Amino acid sequence: MDPIIILQAGVASGTVLLFATIGELFAERSGVLNLGVEGMMLIGAMSGYSVALATGNPWLGVLVAMFVAGLLSQIHAFIVITLQADQVVSGLALTFLGTGISLVLGEGLSKAGAVSLLPMFSIPLLSKIPVLGPIFFTSQSVLVYVGYLFAPLAWYYINRTRPGMHLRAVGEYPAAADALGISVYRLRYLYVFVGGMLAGLAGATISLAVSPGWFSELTTAGQGWIAVGLVIFAQWDPIRAAAGSYAFGALRRLILDIQGPLTLFGLRNPFYYNPYWGFFLQMLPYAFTIIVLVIGSREAVRKRLGSPAALGVPYVRGERGL
Amino acid sequence: MTSEQNPKSQSSQTDDLVVEMRGIVKRFPGVLANDHVDFELRHGEIHALLGENGAGKSTLMNVLAGLYRQEAGTIIIKGRPVIFSSPRDAIQAGIGMIHQHFMLVPSQTVTENILLGLDEPRFRLNLHEYDRVIAELGERFGLKVDPQAHVWQLSVGEQQRVEILKMLYRGADVLIMDEPTAVLAPQEIKDLFKTLRTMVADGKSIIFISHKLQEVMAISDRTTVLRRGKVTAAGLDTRRITRQELARQMVGREVIFHVDKKPQEPGEVVLEVIDVCAENDKGLPSLNGVSLKVRAGEIVGVAGVAGNGQRELAQVITGMRKSISGKITLNGEPINNRSARFGIQRGVAHVPEDRTHVGTAPNLSVTDNVIMKQYRKPPIARYGMLNMLAATKFAKRLKDAYDIVVPSVETPVRLLSGGNLQRVILAREISGQPSLLVAVQPTRGLDVGAIEGVQRLLLAQREAGAATLLISEELEELFALSDRVYVIYEGRIMGEVQVGSGEPSESLIETIGLMMTGTPLEQIEREGAAAHV
Repeated sequence: MDPIIILQAGVASGTVLLFATIGELFAERSGVLNLGVEGMMLIGAMSGYSVALATGNPWLGVLVAMFVAGLLSQIHAFIVITLQADQVVSGLALTFLGTGISLVLGEGLSKAGAVSLLPMFSIPLLSKIPVLGPIFFTSQSVLVYVGYLFAPLAWYYINRTRPGMHLRAVGEYPAAADALGISVYRLRYLYVFVGGMLAGLAGATISLAVSPGWFSELTTAGQGWIAVGLVIFAQWDPIRAAAGSYAFGALRRLILDIQGPLTLFGLRNPFYYNPYWGFFLQMLPYAFTIIVLVIGSREAVRKRLGSPAALGVPYVRGERGL
Repeated sequence: MTSEQNPKSQSSQTDDLVVEMRGIVKRFPGVLANDHVDFELRHGEIHALLGENGAGKSTLMNVLAGLYRQEAGTIIIKGRPVIFSSPRDAIQAGIGMIHQHFMLVPSQTVTENILLGLDEPRFRLNLHEYDRVIAELGERFGLKVDPQAHVWQLSVGEQQRVEILKMLYRGADVLIMDEPTAVLAPQEIKDLFKTLRTMVADGKSIIFISHKLQEVMAISDRTTVLRRGKVTAAGLDTRRITRQELARQMVGREVIFHVDKKPQEPGEVVLEVIDVCAENDKGLPSLNGVSLKVRAGEIVGVAGVAGNGQRELAQVITGMRKSISGKITLNGEPINNRSARFGIQRGVAHVPEDRTHVGTAPNLSVTDNVIMKQYRKPPIARYGMLNMLAATKFAKRLKDAYDIVVPSVETPVRLLSGGNLQRVILAREISGQPSLLVAVQPTRGLDVGAIEGVQRLLLAQREAGAATLLISEELEELFALSDRVYVIYEGRIMGEVQVGSGEPSESLIETIGLMMTGTPLEQIEREGAAAHV
């Protein structure tokens, strides 16, 4: 149980959560809650893997994964933005739909044989830094490196650019944005699409890079739900979302590895001798997610955490103040 | 152009017009909001658009601002017919509307709010440069506000300045102000009027929407009056018309509007609030050591600009919000941090601010709504079962006693007008003969007739010996009904004044205005005394 290896694997596994969490964060900042992340990730993982298998080109797989998950997200967008239905119900339905489609179309994919994966490499000088080098810059997938740039760029986009300012306005007070000629609907469709694409990217990151392969619904194993919880935990801030994602990635890895050694800190390792105890460890991320979601579903708490004020509220021109 | 050949003809009236609206028709489900309305605005004037709530003023101006599309009629801006399909089009034509509810994003800075929706800057937000430009613009029109401040940190008056700046920055030369004084303290209104005059002197034209006669008389050059979607008087010269005449145009009958407040000795203390602190929904302190008393047989007003803790005060007293510290007693018994039902059982009645969601259940019938405080007791409840016959009888009795105009007591209350809805709430609350009535903005948004009815009911409560706490933003209403008025500012009581009957004195209004903007009464008295020495 080498802590460096755990952290190194944790960073890779955290990259999956990072893409999904920041995608959901974009959608939520525009005012749309999308609980379909799990479904979109699965369909991304499945379509990315099968395209890479068929064409031999993993990059094409990533692009298709993003596009397909983006398309799926537009079903949710149509239902909640245009038809103004309840976002929770529609998001749950999207997860069922995405999971179902992925399982049917992915049937047999797990035995399909080897697929060419995205490249893995080390960064020349940076990998020589003690401790940080091996964790962050040694034999990681190209997508992991992309992930490092992702949170700062997302932060900059949201807080320091004109389109980011419009995004915040649409999620906080759509009537104000509308009165100034910003198309609330168009922007919400756009950011739900962005959220879908990033969920698809997260899925492809699993199946084509971090833990390659197709293992039906165990491919994502509920990480979409963790991403939804992380958005609340991160208080809708991309930097905190990144920190949370990597922490959870490392935790997932630690839970696997802790069951290996015979002794732990010089004592008998209870997780080795009682294998069933491991299940409780594995529950931890999900238990955490449930707790965060339950707490975060209280409106008063959400307000305190700094949730976008119009999150979950369909926008209708002419109501509220107009 | 004929004006080029003969420059003198420019002074003819039609050339002066910046806005002409002809035969505007706008319908909403079940309402004809604008029925062939004509309106014109001259260059450099302040034109008041006067009418009661629901007369169609805001609708007409929302059409002009591009938010609504008219079903018939034309709009001509500076001589050219235009069709607006969005607010952006209207702004490009130089028309900016400042809405009654501010269209500002609270979590963004002043500069961000002003830049919202513009094409400049293209991508990177270099806010510092724009901060400077906006500070300069503010200086020019006497609209002082810190460009870097977040909107949620600003007072209502400052937020209004941001709204005006937003439109000026976009180069608007026609400004539509929708009830701009509704949320301001008297001193802030004076500042606003000064700004409006500066802007008109700078070549802007202003449409001033209001239902307050005094203000229309004070600020406008001309007045157009709307009643039930129709123009009843167009472009009257405000200086040549009396207040009574305008009032008659507005309500369609002579207004003999004053309620009788008979002198009366108050009784025992019913409600006592001692040093109460509470937080708002965001967890920020909103009541900071509030103390007040209400005796039997008196109406005690709480004045203040919206959002200074009034809502939380009402909720803490009625058991809908927890207090952090302090004590609230009803007839000597502590009632804070118990449930709403605990208070109701001891005679607390509540007319909440939000009558459609807190005050009533919109989809339930009149019957269901009026029995909400009676349904545990016989005759309406027997052995845990509702006796609908008794409930209907009860509802019918209240419907007659309180003049609720409704086809049947089975009608869902969402179909009721504001005045009738408020009567349903009052009927439910008052019929139980409460010892304390907490009324928040009981007449907001009602038309004149309905306001009169509600105010009479409140005075009847006073005569019946109930204690009433009246929380209102309408100073006129507080003066008309209250025996005493507390002024609240940022969750603190700034002071307490006695109100006699009849017109309040100029100095009393000024004192209350100062307290509403944060000067404690002690300080006002000290400075007043110093000025006399």
